[in-house]
Amino acid sequence: MSNPLHIVVCAGIVPDPLQTLEPIPGPGLKNEMVLPAVLDPWAASALYEAANLAAKNPGTKVWLVSLGSKAKLQQVMMTVAQKASFELVPIDGPIGGFPDAHSTAAALAEAIQSLPGLDRSKLLLFGGWESATRGAGVTLQLTGEILGITDQFQGVDQITLNDDGGFEVLERVEGGKHQVSVCAGPPAVLGWATGNLPEPRNNPQTGMANMRTIMPALQKAKAAKLEANGLRYLSASLPRQQRTTRVVKDLSPDEIATELAVWIGAE
Amino acid sequence: MESILVLTHTDDSGPALTKPSLEAVTAGYDLAAQLGATLSIGIVAVDAASAVTSLASTGARLLAVTGEPFAQPRYATDAAACEALCRAANATIVLAPGTSRFTRVAAGVAHRLGGFIDTHITAIAQQMLGASGPSPLGTGECRLEATRWFYRQRIEAVLTRDVRPWFLLLDAGTNAPFAAQPAPIQVEQIQVQLPALRTTVTGLRAPTQTAQTIRPEAKLLLVAGAGWTKKQLDGQTHPTQAGDLILNFLRHTNASLGSSKSLVDQGTDNQPVLPFLTHLNQIGQTGATPRHLKGLSTCCHGEEPHVVGWRFIAERRAISLDPNCGWTRGKADVVYIADAFQVIAKLNALLEATEN
Repeated sequence: MSNPLHIVVCAGIVPDPLQTLEPIPGPGLKNEMVLPAVLDPWAASALYEAANLAAKNPGTKVWLVSLGSKAKLQQVMMTVAQKASFELVPIDGPIGGFPDAHSTAAALAEAIQSLPGLDRSKLLLFGGWESATRGAGVTLQLTGEILGITDQFQGVDQITLNDDGGFEVLERVEGGKHQVSVCAGPPAVLGWATGNLPEPRNNPQTGMANMRTIMPALQKAKAAKLEANGLRYLSASLPRQQRTTRVVKDLSPDEIATELAVWIGAE
Repeated sequence: MESILVLTHTDDSGPALTKPSLEAVTAGYDLAAQLGATLSIGIVAVDAASAVTSLASTGARLLAVTGEPFAQPRYATDAAACEALCRAANATIVLAPGTSRFTRVAAGVAHRLGGFIDTHITAIAQQMLGASGPSPLGTGECRLEATRWFYRQRIEAVLTRDVRPWFLLLDAGTNAPFAAQPAPIQVEQIQVQLPALRTTVTGLRAPTQTAQTIRPEAKLLLVAGAGWTKKQLDGQTHPTQAGDLILNFLRHTNASLGSSKSLVDQGTDNQPVLPFLTHLNQIGQTGATPRHLKGLSTCCHGEEPHVVGWRFIAERRAISLDPNCGWTRGKADVVYIADAFQVIAKLNALLEATEN
């Protein structure tokens, strides 16, 4: 039985995890605008899960709401657009880990509320449960709260739709376990962990179809000014601790095992 | 004057407060003493009677939301409970443990109260303010400062807010659990108006695997990298042998198992896999940054396990075939240049002999 959904995926863009980061006063990142960017890894999981649900439920529509500078969004979308079908809703604003999450959430909620044709009774609000920038794990929750959604799930690894319109959710909890919940149906907020889906292969046809709407959307992106909400940074620095590493090249496996056994046993 | 509320909860393991909750109590108790602030402790539980006895010596005002709807974590009920506790305490600063239960709802509660939230706090300090900034002499005013990490434990920042209420979610393991002799004490029951409930929690599920390999309380973290499933000296892969070695090691040491992203991802790419690994084992950029006393990295190469995943590991050792791996230099205390298959096999034999 088909359950057409309206899935809104909130996704930030982040510096490529392989880049070396250096803070500058502000705070910000040194050379932030020239660092290669990618879609936030957890938000990307949310997008792939949304695309998977859309494929199984004809009539489902996926929006991707993203706040970032237009230039960065365009760069990232060149790749992301080939992974899944979606309609981009860009918001022109600062990227990075240091802006206040409450302001970011307010901007996202405003954009979602003004989506034409969005049916709240079909709404699943997706996003990453954390991010590779601020990593606070609160933006999606705040967005949901502003939208008045009181069924929220964080650290989600799996959603299974039921025939009655409800769904089962697996959320990560302590001790490497999942909490299992059954929700009556949309609207709901799902902050995704990694899920279980592999990254989709690039599909140039999907990319071309997406880019036809992405470029005009980027040109029309509204600017968002993010308030600090009383947040002030007193310092931002790289960890100073550098260990003196002892490189052991001349011990046999037996000798290494003996040394490790002592180390493991030592309190 | 600041008014501090510490939010706490029990869980499915019993009637006592969770360890992270008791850590938050320690943080709140110390902060209240430093600031000369009033202290309240809010409890969310089925029955708070036995939970509160351990809090008698705090001298705090104790508030509780209890009943069957609060037996299990759920956004609608937990948010309503925490909101009611915050309103009853009229707190300016709210501390809460960064458990899955409270991270699910704390931001929503802060929004309902017109407050603001910062999470993953690793330290809280007060700074006396002089006429032109921080001064040891001070003017009697003080500023609350919170420390947390950004960009997945790559940048550490200290921040403050001059708006209230300010919610601070504390990372587990950053404070000692509050410990005191149990004593009888009165607790105020706070009534909660629940919304219509649309979500039912049906239970907990462990991933389908041969053994539970994630043990947050373990002293030792074993990190397995992608090298375990790569071709070995004989030109073949040996994932079954690798799995046996790792599981035996975990059995002998009660260690927790972490994995690099590349090793976990092999499962979804149809490559040789270690069947007991899931994304829950993953540490690093898109995984956990666990806190353990010791960490042993095996067959790892790259920044993720050695920098991000190991940020909160006190003693670090690595076994690697690559003597030039730049990621271990300066990050690990000891790097053994050796074949992890051979070393772990010998180590397991030693540990087994010791047990016998």
